[in-house]
Amino acid sequence: MIFAMLGEAWRAMGANRLRTFLTMLGMVIGVGAVVLMMSIGQGAQYSIKRSIEAMGSNLFILLAGHTSTSGARSASGGAHTLTVDDADAISELQGVQAVAPIHPGSSQIVYGPNNWNTSITGTTPSYLDARSWDVVEGSAFTESDVRSATRVALIGKTVAENLFGTEDPVGKTIRIGQSPFIILGALASKGQSMSGRDQDDTVLIPLTTAQRKLFGSQFPGSVRMIMVQASTPEIMTSVEKSMNSLLRQRHRIREGMDNDYYLRNLTAVADSAAESTRIMSLLLGAIASVSLLVGGIGIMNIMLVSVTERTREIGIRMAIGARERDILMQFLLEAIIISVVGCFIGLMLGTGGALLTEALTGTLVIISGSSVLIAFSVAATVGIFFGFYPARKAARLDPIEALRFQ
Amino acid sequence: MPDSVIGIEGLSKSYETSAGLFPALKEINLNIASGEFIAIRGPSGSGKSTLMNILGCLDQPSIGCYKLDGRDVAGLNRDELASLRNQTIGFVFQGFNLLQRMSLLENIALPLIYCGVERDERLQRAQDLLAKVGLGDYASSMPNKISGGQQQRVSIARALINHPRLLLADEPTGNLDSHTGEEIMAIFDALNREGITIVLVTHEDNIAQHAHRQVRFFDGRIVSDQPTIPTGISA
Repeated sequence: MIFAMLGEAWRAMGANRLRTFLTMLGMVIGVGAVVLMMSIGQGAQYSIKRSIEAMGSNLFILLAGHTSTSGARSASGGAHTLTVDDADAISELQGVQAVAPIHPGSSQIVYGPNNWNTSITGTTPSYLDARSWDVVEGSAFTESDVRSATRVALIGKTVAENLFGTEDPVGKTIRIGQSPFIILGALASKGQSMSGRDQDDTVLIPLTTAQRKLFGSQFPGSVRMIMVQASTPEIMTSVEKSMNSLLRQRHRIREGMDNDYYLRNLTAVADSAAESTRIMSLLLGAIASVSLLVGGIGIMNIMLVSVTERTREIGIRMAIGARERDILMQFLLEAIIISVVGCFIGLMLGTGGALLTEALTGTLVIISGSSVLIAFSVAATVGIFFGFYPARKAARLDPIEALRFQ
Repeated sequence: MPDSVIGIEGLSKSYETSAGLFPALKEINLNIASGEFIAIRGPSGSGKSTLMNILGCLDQPSIGCYKLDGRDVAGLNRDELASLRNQTIGFVFQGFNLLQRMSLLENIALPLIYCGVERDERLQRAQDLLAKVGLGDYASSMPNKISGGQQQRVSIARALINHPRLLLADEPTGNLDSHTGEEIMAIFDALNREGITIVLVTHEDNIAQHAHRQVRFFDGRIVSDQPTIPTGISA
């Protein structure tokens, strides 16, 4: 029975190929657009997510305040208001997972005939935890390296490529400034930061080594910044609050006075970036869905024309015993076949378009099963929804009127 | 009358028109026994077509009772009426009414789709009937490729596919020349001899002569109902 009806639907569609094709085209374009837009949107979301993950999650940055000399204010971090002791105190707070005091600088580094100028980050091993940064070769330095201010270093991928080329850097000795450093390990690649900085162009050394042996420090124990990681995103607000009250207390800042440091929530920046990407992909999806809707209306339009055109045929079928549901099924099946076949072609074109976009522009696209499934079920629903009214109109025809129709 | 195929009592049918209620049939009484071959005659607008629609379960009477095969048709829903049209009644139309997109074989087999017969049996039964009306070699031809007379044969075969008790023919020879018309009537004669009840609407005397009983309509009423007088002189 169902096969007989499928065959008839096929024949009816074949009887006017151009019209069937054009009707289907509405569906093809709709589904294709949805798949393409969702793939691009999800690709963008994934890129953002990846750069957020590369930065580390749930992060705060504490920057030392600025100094003011004869009215000229230094950059933030210019004052020596943050100390290693502050960092230790913060690490005692509830909800704080990792604390890494940072003493940054930059220097010329030399290995054999090669040299390179890069940023040097003096820090503690917990910096790697906070930024979820792995050591791919060799090993990280330890707390005891920090205590004894040993001359050891971890190098980023860009630095390794510039100094060593294809050579294995682990165990080699490089010169940073005037001092020799042994390379303990190579860091995993993190790629670009969200601001476009190459995060792999860096060398990590123990905090104390940077303070005492490389850059020196007028105020021993002071640091330019402290990176703080909260254990979950939910408690970031409470951690922020307790850090503020702790530091204000430690720095003896009176009620009503400004902080002598800056506290930045890095996740907030990342969240707003992620949020805007999400909204953008929603918007793309919504616009694409409109074309799916238009495709559905096209199906309804053509089916209504088809029912009118075939009124006499419907009358004949009723006269020889077709029930309402037989006629209903016949027209509904046609609408469903058009939308499902159109959907398949649209899926293929959308996927192809997404892959082409990736190949031509280098934009990351992600074709997920869920977006395909959504597009498909929406298309099938559209077919049933917009096919139902014309089909019911056909099924409700009066057989005598329909037979008389010329 | 136990062997009655059609039993009509006090049947009236009115239509809503812009000029008010138009009575198409007025208090008709008609009994048709199994195996009868009856010709319905009368001028246009006399109510023949309305009667055929009601007999064919395409329409319902306004007042009165129509029993088909002993079963009161009034009060049946659309699906039950469709099932009667499918199983009990065969239609032959003046304009043949074949579906142009289908082959002859598929046209004949079409009613069987609506009662759930399997494909192989459908096509086998259709092929047998096509042979019976003398078009056994035309199974895969399309309706627009054959003559009117041949189309009418296919239409008869389609009407017979579900072994109906009653065959309703509305001017089956109206679109055919007289020679082809006679050929079609020969098929009706043969079918009637096999025991199928036939109700035929026609204008033509020589076609009506094939029936055994003549019912004349005028202005929505039956004005005469008598056996056919052979020799071709109408009563």
